[in-house]
Amino acid sequence: MIDAKDREIIAALQGGLPLVPAPYAQVAETLGMDEDALLYRLADLKSRSVIRRIAAAPNHYKLGMTANGMTVWDVKDDQIAELGTQIGALPFVTHCYERPRALPDWPYNLFAMVHGKDRKEVEKKRAEISAILGGACRAKDILYSTRILKKTGLRLKAKG
Amino acid sequence: MTLDETDRAILNRMQDDLPLTPHPFAAIAEELGISENALLTRLARLKDGRVITRFGPFFDAAAMGGAFCLCAMAVPAEKFETVLTKVNAHPEVAHNYERTHRLNMWFVLATETPEGIVATADAIERETGIEVLRFPKLQEFFIGFRVAA
Repeated sequence: MIDAKDREIIAALQGGLPLVPAPYAQVAETLGMDEDALLYRLADLKSRSVIRRIAAAPNHYKLGMTANGMTVWDVKDDQIAELGTQIGALPFVTHCYERPRALPDWPYNLFAMVHGKDRKEVEKKRAEISAILGGACRAKDILYSTRILKKTGLRLKAKG
Repeated sequence: MTLDETDRAILNRMQDDLPLTPHPFAAIAEELGISENALLTRLARLKDGRVITRFGPFFDAAAMGGAFCLCAMAVPAEKFETVLTKVNAHPEVAHNYERTHRLNMWFVLATETPEGIVATADAIERETGIEVLRFPKLQEFFIGFRVAA
């Protein structure tokens, strides 16, 4: 859980870190605290996994990874833990989750995101997943993204 | 914008966790064999060029007591832009993608409480008259979101 000070810090940082030599000193100043105290708080938030990492989010499209396929699979429930772990470990799978089915329209319970420079490359990777799932997979599909409609990340209100 | 080898090295390194130190860019610049100033200048350019969409901490709403949920809607083509405006107006919609399927709008809700997911998804259904299918994660098999530049 997070307290009021953590919340202020998160609100100040959700837009990102300033690109200056001492970014934490600058953020600390706007929060009326000192840099050491801010770094201590951030280390604590990280140790509790409230902060997963401090890093850059790349734009796949601008990096030439223009094909983005959400591969979806209907995997037998008693095999999903084992197979999901194998699929998630593939180097080209960036996200892999078990999610509930929405029957009858949506029979798929395993979601694995695959990126590539074109759809041909994505299809090749998808075939590798298919081979691993084998007979445990009863149905499959792929949904390509055609447009980013919004990408802002989590927005936390300053006062909860 | 075109990327040179240094830009690519920066992008690859910056997707990994940065040290929590007073001068994180100086440490990364040293690893990459460039000056801190050069790194900051290039980062600013990559951000302006939208090659980097965001730089900073990645928060986990679930660890804060909140929740994430992947949602999908089947939006008729002629209503797409109208529905999009209504969906994106919710600050809880963290990202949203158009996809090739009858379910053609896929977005992630990030809320401070689990109840926030239900409230937001229900509100979107009321505002648009379209069902919002909800696909919360049951199990996560991998979390390294990294792409080679």
